[in-house]
Amino acid sequence: MVESAIAEKFATTKFAWSEFRDQKRVVVPAERLWDLLKFCCTELKFNQLTDLTAVDHLETPDATDRFEVVYFLLEVESGKRLQISTFINEPDLVLPTATNIWSGADWLERECYDMFGVVFKGHPNFKRLLLPQEFASFPLRKDYPQQGRGERHNFPVITRAEG
Amino acid sequence: MALELIDSPDLMDAQKREGSWTLNFGPQHPATHTTLRLVLQLDGETVVDAEPDIGFLHSGFEKLGESLDFNQYVTIVDRMNYISPMANEIAWHHAVEKLIGIDLTPRCKYIRTIFAELMRIHDHLLCLGACVLDLGGVTAFMYAFNEREAIYEICERASGQRFHTSYTRVGGLLYDVTDDWVAMVRKFVKSFPRAYDDFSGLVMKNRIFVERTRGVGLLTREQAIAGGATGPVARASGVERDLRRDEPYLAYNDFDFDICCARGGDCYARFQVRMMEMQQSIKIIEQAIENLPGGPIFVEDNGKSGLPDKTEVYRSIEGLIHHFENIMPNRQMDVPNESIYAATESPNGELGYYIVGNGTFKAYRARTRPPSLLHFALFPLMMRGCMLSDVVAVLGSINIIAAELDR
Amino acid sequence: MASKVNKQLGDNFFLTRLDAAASWARANSLWPMPFATACCGIELMSASASKHDLSRFGSEVMRFSPRQCDLLIVAGRVVMKMLPVMQRIWLQMPEPKWCISMGACACSGGVFDTYAVVQGIDRFIPVDMYIPGCPPRPEQLIRGIIDLQEKIMQSGTYNAREFRSRDNPEGPGRFDEGELLRIRERNTLDLQEPDYDPVH
Repeated sequence: MVESAIAEKFATTKFAWSEFRDQKRVVVPAERLWDLLKFCCTELKFNQLTDLTAVDHLETPDATDRFEVVYFLLEVESGKRLQISTFINEPDLVLPTATNIWSGADWLERECYDMFGVVFKGHPNFKRLLLPQEFASFPLRKDYPQQGRGERHNFPVITRAEG
Repeated sequence: MALELIDSPDLMDAQKREGSWTLNFGPQHPATHTTLRLVLQLDGETVVDAEPDIGFLHSGFEKLGESLDFNQYVTIVDRMNYISPMANEIAWHHAVEKLIGIDLTPRCKYIRTIFAELMRIHDHLLCLGACVLDLGGVTAFMYAFNEREAIYEICERASGQRFHTSYTRVGGLLYDVTDDWVAMVRKFVKSFPRAYDDFSGLVMKNRIFVERTRGVGLLTREQAIAGGATGPVARASGVERDLRRDEPYLAYNDFDFDICCARGGDCYARFQVRMMEMQQSIKIIEQAIENLPGGPIFVEDNGKSGLPDKTEVYRSIEGLIHHFENIMPNRQMDVPNESIYAATESPNGELGYYIVGNGTFKAYRARTRPPSLLHFALFPLMMRGCMLSDVVAVLGSINIIAAELDR
Repeated sequence: MASKVNKQLGDNFFLTRLDAAASWARANSLWPMPFATACCGIELMSASASKHDLSRFGSEVMRFSPRQCDLLIVAGRVVMKMLPVMQRIWLQMPEPKWCISMGACACSGGVFDTYAVVQGIDRFIPVDMYIPGCPPRPEQLIRGIIDLQEKIMQSGTYNAREFRSRDNPEGPGRFDEGELLRIRERNTLDLQEPDYDPVH
């Protein structure tokens, strides 16, 4: 039903539907993402954005695109869920913001930027959320080492006499 | 009953902003529940704007999830919502087992349900106790912590650790529970109502507490849904959704319990919801412990999950091989090359895990969906029209756990 | 014999008694400044609750103002964003002061060997007592405080001059070998400043 409504509205776009353990998932090209999200919120009544995250497919064998941004939608009254994902690549990791659809997307998008470097255009207060503002890398990318590159210990030492 | 925000000053009023001053409610403050920072714009005592600044406990949990396997990561997941550690473990292994496609044994489901509900009581007691402590009532805090000690002892009897038990495993539990554990839980069920009444009498009808929390921190139903609020915060604003009833997992289908909702949307409503949930949790635990089924803890799948008993490992070659096959990193069970999102009703809200598997026993990406993050993002909305001293009450009522917020 | 000793020690003997008295007073009324970041903070709260009562040992009040405390208990992991805050609080505390590093994460980084967690606060702050555990039981914390009390009794002076000579850092060095290699790797990369304002 959700599939047919979406297929009807976006007749020209190709969607890739899949289902795994009673979860419905759809892959949408990045240009149609915002329209699809808006449609899901207003027409299909998915009124809550449960989560927004990204996956770095650098180490996935036979992956064509590097970053997959995933949106998890929920309709609160009936409990229907939908998972929408889109693939983007460097150098233009830009997506339109979803804060004008659901206000909960605000911090989720900032965190996605913080960890992966995905920029959300049109965000009202776009800066890093969890890491210090001067941090220069995106830690959850697969090419960033787990122990970091020395940022965690880059502070002055206080000796006993100075205290 | 009405959820309109009466007398709320306009946050974006330029004139108001001009006269305002900035107060840094810093990362080190007793009432910020460890490591939260708020930059408040105040106009006298009234809060005009509140901008949260987080990340003071960001430890790279999700990066660790990519280098530890499913049974090792449970130790880390414990340390997220550290107030109810086993709730995180149950949620994590629920997601992993859904990915692999394992259905647990009845005994395991019942024990996990009992622990999930015990952790709910544990969490709510601390939330209420700490909030009351911040508002000035030290006695109620002591009473709450005393009850929590009883739960710590129950956890310790089952797993050996008071806290951060890492008790669940893929397909089962670390150890089976003994008869004296069952006796301890029964004793807890008998003694909790008395303690609950004591606590409730100290707090819920307390004139000062009621005055400080009623009408403060209003969150309307639409704001809660659009903002992603779940759990007690959402249910106190009229959202009738509880994953234990709507997407039942573990053994919740077998029990008879109610969902607690309120319509007020203010701090007092959130506390009321938490108090009522504690009563429902005790009801569930009572039903579960009386009907605890026997049988094995680990699921029967040709030994792919679970380690054999140590006597078998040391005395028989089959036991040794079985142990080797389940522990060695390149020999563990095969996992579908798919991704899954699975959520449970943790005490704080909908705690979900998005696991992207890559065929091995390690997650390729282990994402936690933190309820506290979305609740804290709603905080500036709730602060409209509040005074400085209400900041503490509102912050306490939404139960922000910094480790879950920052991960 | 006693008079000879007395003549030699003279004033020093009196000072030693004064030192002992001052140390005794300080040791038995350590006011903790709880720098509770994470899970160990909950065990710290449990240690001051009614079952394991910390105020039996003199820590009657947990004052949250650094100016009024003399014992900094760092309970929980310290992240790189929080470390300057912790250093500032340490500097704000008046002498004599001591520091307890409670829990595995504060002692050495604990389970979190990641890009964000400081691998042991003793790299940046002088620590007097380490309490291992994840989290340490309240009884362990109490034991740590008792041991610290003994340490103060043995080495305390009434004008806190025992700290003045310790002007070398006492913990492990800031960077480990592996870390130095990764820093070198970072310096060869072309990292840009994060660029904001995608609004326009």
